[in-house]
Formats: sequence, structure tokens, C-alpha cells
Amino acid sequence: MEHAQGQSSAGGSMVKAEGQQHPISVYLWIWGLLFVLSAFSYMVDYFHLQGYLRWSLIIVFMLLKAGLIIAMFMHMAWERLALVLAILVPTGALLILIALMSLEGDYTFLTRGTYFSPSPAVVKHP
Amino acid sequence: MTNSKALAPAEGLQGFVADWSSDQRAFKKVPWGKAMMWIFLLSDTFVFASFLISYMTVRMSTTVPWPNVSEIFSLTIAGQQVPMLLIAIMTFILISSSGTMAMAVKFGYEKNKKMCAILLAVTALCGVIFVGLQAFEWTKLIMEGVRPWGNPMGAAQFGSNFFMITGFHGFHVSVGVIFLIITAVKVWRGDLDHERPGFLTGRKGNYEMVEIMGLYWHFVDLVWVFIFAFFYLW
Repeated sequence: MEHAQGQSSAGGSMVKAEGQQHPISVYLWIWGLLFVLSAFSYMVDYFHLQGYLRWSLIIVFMLLKAGLIIAMFMHMAWERLALVLAILVPTGALLILIALMSLEGDYTFLTRGTYFSPSPAVVKHP
Repeated sequence: MTNSKALAPAEGLQGFVADWSSDQRAFKKVPWGKAMMWIFLLSDTFVFASFLISYMTVRMSTTVPWPNVSEIFSLTIAGQQVPMLLIAIMTFILISSSGTMAMAVKFGYEKNKKMCAILLAVTALCGVIFVGLQAFEWTKLIMEGVRPWGNPMGAAQFGSNFFMITGFHGFHVSVGVIFLIITAVKVWRGDLDHERPGFLTGRKGNYEMVEIMGLYWHFVDLVWVFIFAFFYLW
């Protein structure tokens, strides 16, 4: 081989050994599951579920779909832990941002309720 | 490559510590292009998360009721209003494109050029249909008077969130379609078999490119899962 130490030069044999190869049935199964889960989350809206039941079902179906896509389609389930943790752990930092911004949102809402709610006099004014 | 025995790494947590503390390569058995794509996707995750979290913040803090999303995105078919139909169709199309993409990667590693190229083309076609439906959705909403600064249905922030979030996602899909077409052509011509250098970077072609392309495309689908849940269903 002319490029003995090149990245791709390890050639067919190495790609075969290291590339992600899984039976096609895996992908078809996940595809089907994603269809079913999407149908379920659509049903949540279709049947007008409300309140905590709606929100928890939306989150559960969302997380299941996201998990299937990452683990199977993106092959995360077969990657080494070094890569998995490098990608998934920093994502966890977002939870802190979500917590901070929901506090902020709540605070803004309350402040607007206190200072910006139209008083009767203002409403009558043309 | 000669010392693949020495590289044969420990598994589990011990392997993780060994990998990260090793010299030269932390991500063993992962082509560098793939590791870089993962890191790009991580940064993109933060971009989309910022959009969705700011959407959460303005929706929580508005004192005006949020528009009824289920009604806004309904389609009238045969005189009957079906809620959210357009979004459901778009969701199924994007999921299907993810399925064909995953299989394209598989056939690529099997060196099945024909199937790989066909599946990549089908994936690109699904992407085009998705963007088309999104353009239709945008047109419909703009005709109904939705603007980034206000709309007739409720809280003014709805418009800016809608256009920013779906616009940025649609942009990602469009870029993905372009690269899917490029990859499909490369596969079809046999560039990846002959290690023909690419036009931009001069990188030698190989079938890892198809998997890296796949990572990006699945990510676009993944983002849609979150947009669907938080923007359309919530």
C-alpha cells in the first residue's frame, strides 16, 4: 500500500473491524418504534389531555425518542465511554441554565403582574 | 496501526480514565472526523438549547395568554379541522429520513454503493419535502398576520420564537440536504472506494464520511423531537 500510515490506509480490513456495523433489523425496529412514539405524542394533543398528565407524557415520549435516536441511529450505545461522557456530560450543564431561567421567568412574570397590570383608570383612558 | 494489541483498551469506567489520561488520542477507535462532528454537534446543542430555553423564559414571563398552537397549526381537510396535522406529517417525514440515513450508513460500510447512494438520495428528498412543508407553514402563518413583533392570536413573543426556532432548524435541514446530495454523488461515483480527494479539503474519501454525514442528519431529527415536544405540543 502506498500510504501505509494514512488515516484511511489501514484500509478495508480496519474499516470492517471498526466501522459501525449492525444488522438492518435494528434500524427498522427503531424506525418503527419512533413512528409509534411519535403517534403517541401526537395523540396527546389530539385527545386534548391537559395539565400534568399532558406535560409528563410529552416529556416521556420526547426522552424515549431522543434516547433511541442517540443510542441506536447515532451509535452512541456502541461507542467507548470516553466519547459518550465527553458528549453527554456537558449537555447536563443545560439543566442548570433551565433552572436559572425558569426562576428568572417566574420573577419577571410576578414583577409584570405587580407593575404593569393595567389599573382601572388606565383602562378607561382612550 | 501496528500496535493494535497495545491499543486494545480497557472497558467501562476504567477504560474512560485510561482513554482520557492517555497521550495522543483520547477517543480511541473513533476516526477524528467523527469525534469532531460529535463536538460540533455538542456546540450546536447549546445553540438550540439557548433558543428553546429563551422560549421557555418568555413564555413563562408573558402576562398575555399564549396562542393556541394546536389550532394555529391545524389543517382543514374536507371541511374538518384536524389539529396539528401538518406538524405530524413533517415529523413522520423527518423520522423516515433518519431511518433511511441509518441504513445508508450500514450499506456504505458494506461497500454496497448502489443501495447507499439511493438511500442517501431518498434521505435528501425527505429533507426537501420537509423544508417545503415548512415554507408552506411559514407562508400560512405570515398570511394570518404572525410577525416577529406580534400576532393577532395572543402573546407577541410567539412570532419571534416561532421564526427563530423553526427558521434555524430549517436552515440546518437545508444545509444537510446540500451535503446529502454531495455525499450521494460521491458514493455513486465511487469516490469513497477509490479514496478520491474531496474538492474542498482534499481529504481522501472513505465510508466513514457517510457515517459522519449521518450523525449530522440524525442530530437535525433529534432537535426536531425537542421542538415538536416543547414548541408544538406544550
